Amino acid sequence: MAALVEMKNIVKIYPNGVVANNEVNFSVERGEIHALVGENGAGKTTLMKVLYGLEHPTSGQILIDGKPVHFHSPDDAIAAGIGMVHQNFMLVPSFTIAENIVLGKEPTRRGLLDRAEAIRVTEELSHQYGLKVEADAIVETVNVGMRQRVEILKTLYRGAEILILDEPTAVLTPQETQDLFRAIRKLVSQGKTVIFITHKLREVKEISDRVTVMRNGKVMGTLPTAEATREGLARMMVGRDVFLEVNKPPVQRGRKVMEVQDVSYVSETGRSMLKGVSFNVYAGEILGVAGVEGNGQTELVEVLTGLRPAASGRVLIDGKDILNRTPREVRLAGVAHIPEDRLTNGLALTASINENVIVDRYYNKPFRKGLLIDYKQVNKLGDALIDEFDIRTPSGLVPVASLSGGNMQKVIVAREFSFNPNILIAAQPTRGIDVGATEFIRDQLVRKRTAGTGVLLVSADLAEVMSLSDRIIVMYEGEITGVFPNAQEVSEEELGLYMLGLKRQTPEEMEAYL
Amino acid sequence: MVELVLRGIFSAFFLASVLRISTPLILPALGGLVSELAGATNIALEGIMLTSAFTGVVVSAYTKSVFLGVMAGILSGILIAALLAYFHLYLQTDLFLAGIALNIMATGGTIFLLYVLTGDKGNSSTLASGAVPNVTIPIIHDIPVLGTIASGHNIFVYLGVILTWLTSVMLYRTPFGVHLRAVGENPVAAESLGINVRLMRLYAILISGALASLGGLNLSMAYLTLFQREMTAGRGFIALAAVFLGGRTPWGTFIAAVLFGFFDALSNQLGSLKVPSMWVQMIPYVATIVALVVYALRKRAIYLERARKFQERHLAELQARGVHPHEAG
Repeated sequence: MAALVEMKNIVKIYPNGVVANNEVNFSVERGEIHALVGENGAGKTTLMKVLYGLEHPTSGQILIDGKPVHFHSPDDAIAAGIGMVHQNFMLVPSFTIAENIVLGKEPTRRGLLDRAEAIRVTEELSHQYGLKVEADAIVETVNVGMRQRVEILKTLYRGAEILILDEPTAVLTPQETQDLFRAIRKLVSQGKTVIFITHKLREVKEISDRVTVMRNGKVMGTLPTAEATREGLARMMVGRDVFLEVNKPPVQRGRKVMEVQDVSYVSETGRSMLKGVSFNVYAGEILGVAGVEGNGQTELVEVLTGLRPAASGRVLIDGKDILNRTPREVRLAGVAHIPEDRLTNGLALTASINENVIVDRYYNKPFRKGLLIDYKQVNKLGDALIDEFDIRTPSGLVPVASLSGGNMQKVIVAREFSFNPNILIAAQPTRGIDVGATEFIRDQLVRKRTAGTGVLLVSADLAEVMSLSDRIIVMYEGEITGVFPNAQEVSEEELGLYMLGLKRQTPEEMEAYL
Repeated sequence: MVELVLRGIFSAFFLASVLRISTPLILPALGGLVSELAGATNIALEGIMLTSAFTGVVVSAYTKSVFLGVMAGILSGILIAALLAYFHLYLQTDLFLAGIALNIMATGGTIFLLYVLTGDKGNSSTLASGAVPNVTIPIIHDIPVLGTIASGHNIFVYLGVILTWLTSVMLYRTPFGVHLRAVGENPVAAESLGINVRLMRLYAILISGALASLGGLNLSMAYLTLFQREMTAGRGFIALAAVFLGGRTPWGTFIAAVLFGFFDALSNQLGSLKVPSMWVQMIPYVATIVALVVYALRKRAIYLERARKFQERHLAELQARGVHPHEAG
């Protein structure tokens, strides 16, 4: 018997040259819950977008029930019985739940919308699959869990037989996750097939029948969940062959430059993203933060830099608490920040390189002359930094938007390094930039550290964390679950176990090293 | 003197005049509402009204047919709207800039054509424009007071009420209207369900043009029976204000437009007082500004209230599960 879904030799190369899927073979049997796991950027979502008709494969073949299909748009995929629940919900906030479910395919009576029928259908589907929703509630007033159930019902209303859930638990509380799992089991018991994307191995073991592991755009293997160990899966997910060569003089650890004490953060939706995080950063060291994305690293960085308000805790710099201060106050305390999202938080895209370099100091001498900006001084600094940081540009006056990703990042690095910070917080400093710029920025980070700055490095690239850091902490579900005082002595398998929540150190074990 | 004004306001004639004066606001406001809800604010209502007002007069004068005049007026309005849609949806120009450009073009273009046709740059009094007929409603017409208020108006006044109702049905009761609103609120979601966002916006802008053109025709073929340069006098913009003040709903927009019409009518009444006429003429516009401030404050309050309710509900849910929010997650 042919598999229900069969994807053969799928290759997907994006226009910017990124190979998201490389000769991927993936098959799903009817009536199973198939987990698709891998780190961020492993190509899971791309593969599913190909299956859902949102992306067109560069080459390869898709078979549904043994018959080859070509999806030009999601409409084609929907017609073939495929439904996808995206990470970002696709709902109309001011419409009722029933209206959202029937949108685009409304029941009518004499040309008019049949609201009673919409509500009836919603309640019937809700009851049949155990997905509890309030049919006549306005979507913007209900919580995330219910919005997700609405999304699932939407696909069922359109006759989906194969449901793709893209990291459905990422936005849910543990209780809501359990509700979702119950619903998934019920769906499967009624003949549906579910593809479940995740990077949480605990969930793989709990919910799936089979599991496929992806890494770097390739499938590392598919096996029955019963035969898979979490350790084995972790190795398949994070095991890397390449270890970066970094020339780094031995660490000369200086004074404490930042003391993070018991910092907690609760998201807008009530999720606790940081649960009493404490650690210190010392002058002259790189402290790496390892972890699968979405375990609180982004929130940690934004709380430390004043971009998000923390619920509780203290962050001391030279004895002064900088938590919940404005970003400018935080900077004036000597904290530099290379933000994760450089396009929104790092740069003013239409402003020039020179202007971007002085945005944090334009109000000080020598850049200010009376009420005006002294552009002679600005351009002088800009030219000097372009030279020093090897920013490839015709001049400092061109808008930042015209630069390549790597050169944009160099502009940020130039600004952040040139104000002589005591501590540098670098979030994903080399994500999505070319090899040359990556090497340059890593080299600069190490130099800064050797010159006595404390560096907090957050990166989803495990190899980067391991090769640059002197000390490593691991974050898992908003907590620090492990600390490795000597980064050279820990293996990536070991780190992987902590990152995926399979191992953790006790607070007592960690205390001395944080 | 004040007594005279008050007596004037509380008369049946005054209420009838409010209705009449409101109509050239109600019709374009409905047009503004439809395109606004589809996510394309129609800043060109003013220019569309002016173009239709002009076209209606000229065509009816030359063909001696009121019907042809009205039809040509509507078509010319739809044409301007189509230009706006083409610039915005297909050439991706800024909606506001394109709208402003069309408004300026309509102002200059109508004066130019008026001069070419009549040799006069001020008004079309040398052309014999047709006038749409008034409607006498049987039975109601003979009821005192009510008859004065509700009967004997021109067709556009009744169209204003009927089209408000039809727009409401269209927007909330037909799949077309629901798709239109979905496109305005979350185009990505609509697109993912196979709704053609660009096409829906095109329809919305064209409907908007047709409704606005009725407002223009109302001015030149019923309220007056001639075209004057710049005779819309900002009504297209006040209509847009009525959309927001009315909370982006058809009947809310209707009421807001009538409110503006009331102040307009009031300023006419106050003309008999010894108040400088410029002050009196400012009333409708000042009222618009005040109304928009009130609207902004109210919207903020609603937003905050909604955020508060959501939080409460979420906390209550967590409590029902016996979870302290700090530990959840």
